[in-house]
Amino acid sequence: MTQLKQTGLYKAHIEAGGKMVPFAGFELPIQYDSIKSEHIAVRTAAGMFDVSHMGEIFLSGPDAIANVQKLVTQNMDKIKPNRAVYSGMLYENGTFVDDILVYRMAENEFMLVVNAANLNKDYEWIKKNLFGNCKCENRSDQITQIAVQGPESKQIVQKLTSLNLDDLKYYRFRNDHIANIEAIISRTGYTGELGYELYFDKTHSMAMWNALMETGRDCGLKPAGLGCRDTLRLEAGMPLYGNDIDDQHTPLEAGLAWTVKFKKSDFNGKQALVAQQEKGLERHLIGFELLTKGMPRPGYEILDGDTKIGVLTSGTISISVGKPIGMAYVKSGYETEGTEFDVVIRDRRLRAKVVSMPFYKKPE
Amino acid sequence: MKLNSAYKYTKDHEWVDIEGEIATIGITAHAAEQLGDVVFIEFPEVGSVFDKGDVFGVVESVKAAVDCYIPVSGEIVEINEDLESALEIMNDDPENEGWIIKVRLADTSELDELLSADDYAEYLSTLE
Repeated sequence: MTQLKQTGLYKAHIEAGGKMVPFAGFELPIQYDSIKSEHIAVRTAAGMFDVSHMGEIFLSGPDAIANVQKLVTQNMDKIKPNRAVYSGMLYENGTFVDDILVYRMAENEFMLVVNAANLNKDYEWIKKNLFGNCKCENRSDQITQIAVQGPESKQIVQKLTSLNLDDLKYYRFRNDHIANIEAIISRTGYTGELGYELYFDKTHSMAMWNALMETGRDCGLKPAGLGCRDTLRLEAGMPLYGNDIDDQHTPLEAGLAWTVKFKKSDFNGKQALVAQQEKGLERHLIGFELLTKGMPRPGYEILDGDTKIGVLTSGTISISVGKPIGMAYVKSGYETEGTEFDVVIRDRRLRAKVVSMPFYKKPE
Repeated sequence: MKLNSAYKYTKDHEWVDIEGEIATIGITAHAAEQLGDVVFIEFPEVGSVFDKGDVFGVVESVKAAVDCYIPVSGEIVEINEDLESALEIMNDDPENEGWIIKVRLADTSELDELLSADDYAEYLSTLE
């Protein structure tokens, strides 16, 4: 087994009592205090995540825009500089290489934020697809990313920057300073809460963490681990690569048709998706809730009578909604809201029904 | 980790507190720590009867689902209903308030096969 990597915040995790686990080649905190308390902190105040394991790949040069357009499903011609977008990056057969955030840094400079477990695969894929005058650089090892998420996040980040956060809308970003450290301040996140993702040079990791912690403590800011990152994203109905989406499923099947812009120029996977659309989908990623108590887990089967009609890809007992929830691929015909079926948990069959996502909606 | 010298323990990381013919059974602090936040418990029915070594329930955390093996034969006389609404007790106080079941012992001689607190502590040290 290869040596696990540490992020620039390893020391901060140990000091905060983080319970460290291996994750995508990194040693990261699954939790500090408890998944539940950290989850609640993010929903009611704020939580701070070390997401430095995420990869950052930069594309620049006169043909950068053409390259990105070929790689991703979103139409980057419509995304101006200082905006970001969630997109699929597909193989020719229409399945996911990865799901990524694409930041348009300038007319011809892009930052692709990719899943840690996919970084090497993505980097090789992008290089293999490269054409024309376009430079591709993997800067993942030099960048620290901290996500500050929760209703108090704005107040906390605002105290440390002169950038007016009132002007920073969802999926917009700015190059500015936080605690006198040069950073990309992005209004994005993976929790379903108001929040910011901050990208900056790894050398400033501890300084940034400590500044945020000092400033945020009075607002209820807590360090938050991978455990609650998963429960929060699932409640928010956000898919996780490796669970809900992968190289066996397409964005159409995953309910991510909104990220696929068929009208733009050619992109990887387009022909396959057009064909799939014409033929009709055989399966759909849906959200479900169990009607009785139980713990749904990935891999559990879904039955209608004695016929297998699906499989779970994610599941948890929701902390904010209080019900067992999850995502699953089900055969066409079973995807409509309210449809009932059985989830097999060990030798028991528990009744479940299709519900709309997100599972958790912020109180207005 | 503090163990209760009045309790008996098992290599499946359960503790047993015997009072007359009733045994109170739960998972050890070591098990709770390993599991992390407990999110669900599948309880047996009160009145059901188990042989030593049978699976009487399942404790689930975010991380894992763990079968609970009954360390003594007998009839379930009570389950800890307080856990249903406050599972955090399983992590906060696993060896006391976080008990899972009470069993009427069928065969007290089985108690001799359980570990003392010292034996269990020694067993834990071999796992580190």
